[in-house]
Amino acid sequence: MPEKAFMKGNEALAEAAIRAGCRYFFGYPITPQSEIPHYMAKHLPRYGGVYLQSESEVAAINMVHGASGAGARVLTSSSGPGISLKSEGISFLAGAELPAVIANIMRGGPGLGNTQPSQADYHQATRGGGHGDYKTIVLAPYSVQEVVDLTYKAFHLADNYRTPVIILGDGFLGQMMEPVELPQMIEPEDLPSKPWATVGKGRRTRNIVTSLCLPPEENDALNRKLQKKYNLISEKETLVETYLLEDADYIIAAFGITARIALAAVDLARKEGIKAGLVRPITLWPFPEKELAKSAENAKGILTVELNMGQMVDDVRLAVSGKAPVKFYGVTGGLFPTPKDILTEIKKLEVAVNG
Amino acid sequence: MVREFSRPKSLLPENYLYCPGCTHGIIQRLVAEALDELNLTPKTVGVAAVGCSVTNFHLFDVDMQQAPHGRAPAVATGVKRVLPDSTVFIYQGDGDLAAIGTAEIVHAAARGEKITVIFVNNAIFGMTGGQMAPTTILGQKTTTSPYGRNKDVEGYPLRVSEMLATIPGAVYVSRTSVHNPKHVNRTKKAIKKAFQVQENGEGFAIVEVLSSCPTNWGLSPLDALKWVEEKMIPYYPLGEFRTPSEVTN
Ligand SMILES: Cc1ncc(C[n+]2csc(CCOP(=O)(O)OP(=O)(O)O)c2C)c(N)n1
Ligand code: SF4
Repeated sequence: MPEKAFMKGNEALAEAAIRAGCRYFFGYPITPQSEIPHYMAKHLPRYGGVYLQSESEVAAINMVHGASGAGARVLTSSSGPGISLKSEGISFLAGAELPAVIANIMRGGPGLGNTQPSQADYHQATRGGGHGDYKTIVLAPYSVQEVVDLTYKAFHLADNYRTPVIILGDGFLGQMMEPVELPQMIEPEDLPSKPWATVGKGRRTRNIVTSLCLPPEENDALNRKLQKKYNLISEKETLVETYLLEDADYIIAAFGITARIALAAVDLARKEGIKAGLVRPITLWPFPEKELAKSAENAKGILTVELNMGQMVDDVRLAVSGKAPVKFYGVTGGLFPTPKDILTEIKKLEVAVNG
Repeated sequence: MVREFSRPKSLLPENYLYCPGCTHGIIQRLVAEALDELNLTPKTVGVAAVGCSVTNFHLFDVDMQQAPHGRAPAVATGVKRVLPDSTVFIYQGDGDLAAIGTAEIVHAAARGEKITVIFVNNAIFGMTGGQMAPTTILGQKTTTSPYGRNKDVEGYPLRVSEMLATIPGAVYVSRTSVHNPKHVNRTKKAIKKAFQVQENGEGFAIVEVLSSCPTNWGLSPLDALKWVEEKMIPYYPLGEFRTPSEVTN
């Protein structure tokens, strides 16, 4: 029988990581993600793991580099400003092809912003965030159960593709409590070995973990290899959920917590006779372009709703490519649209489309 | 014919990118000799930093990671926490360790991370074109202190070993030089000690080695060695600042 629990999103993320065989956590405190380190500090020692509070997020991500390079499943978590500090390190992880899971429980920005729920780091996450041509897989859960499932999956994806994976949550998801089913515990010893890891060469030839490619041809080769990997990930790992799309005239595109509100808005609209539907990208990178393009074919209009000033809407526009008008509605840093607010926006879109 | 002097096993016959007369090469060789003599090569993980020594992950015949500029102590921490029985060393320049990476080295020492740090102090940013480092001495001309380092403008040079020696977790802290054979031998002993401290599980160990940069100092290799002796050592006195009683020669 699967184990059930009633947990906060942040704690569920931490528990799912442990169950995925993660025994190392390096991080620096920041609201609204602190329950993740609290949970790890309490529980990791029981599993013979290490929780270490670093001197900064810069140090934390580089500890992740070391631990991942040594073959371990490793987690770090932060929010806004901390993720900005980690960006150089994430670029190094991508370049050195190191697996790692990085949770960003988003807060309001820019700058110090506020500690309220937000989705303002969409661009930062989906464009890599740091320097150079790289991508990270970005997973956007919308319930505590999905926090668990996607965190568990994130470690698998990271190892499988040797790439950093971002879990993009928000303060609301991190703080809310829901019942969850927990997955089976994976013991680190049972995970496939990593023959590339730096663990001491013993009798084999040495392993090197680096992103340095001084000769231009080598750098070009690395970039081509990475692009090939990203193409494969796009092909195989894109995740999206849709709701009442078949006959939808008006489509809401929303991710994470906003998609939950949007779901209620779709129902409200249907009650009023407006054929609304929802597209919810679960992977923000790779972005479900095909699904959006397809759904746009018969739609009269698309409304993108986000807790920011309009970021995912860029990807929606690219995917839809002019097949339908795309409008944006958003609020920031702790404000939430109600389902009614969204319905009002749909009606505005309806008026705009029908003239 | 008996070959008296050969390449240490832990060093590979790769291309060395150091300038002629640069003492980075000597220091790197001493690290390899220490690894050989202590039989540590199979279980060692090295972490290369960013600076003129950046390609040394190609040169040591051990498993290596290459860290971002200044972050080698954090990367090494990650390795050592996952592999407590391994031997972990880092090799950092003074820009890497004493400028951008000050926080990482201080906190690795504060945590008493069981790693061995080779800190190459050449009083300048070598790789990027001879800019002022935190360790540049007063009056020293660099490309970014063209009139000579002035305490009223650029402040005072940082004495890293003295600073780290105040931290309980830093159990072995030593400053040496490689400007002549006697001091090369002393440096070798210090580096070996710094590895033994790690093997004994005693804590953080660092050897600061004064090194020459003939290219960016604008001196001949020989004059550069003289400059180490006459200009650097008076400000950066040699010696052991902390040593655990258990560590023997
Ligand atoms: C984040 C970042 N900033 C700046 C640089 C450029 N950079 C490369 S090496 C270096 C200084 C190296 O000086 P030092 O550590 O003294 O080593 P040396 O070259 O003298 O051996 C700098 C500033 C970089 N690689 N990364
Ligand atoms: S620039 Fe200076 S430190 Fe760098 S290799 Fe040349 S002499 Fe050595």
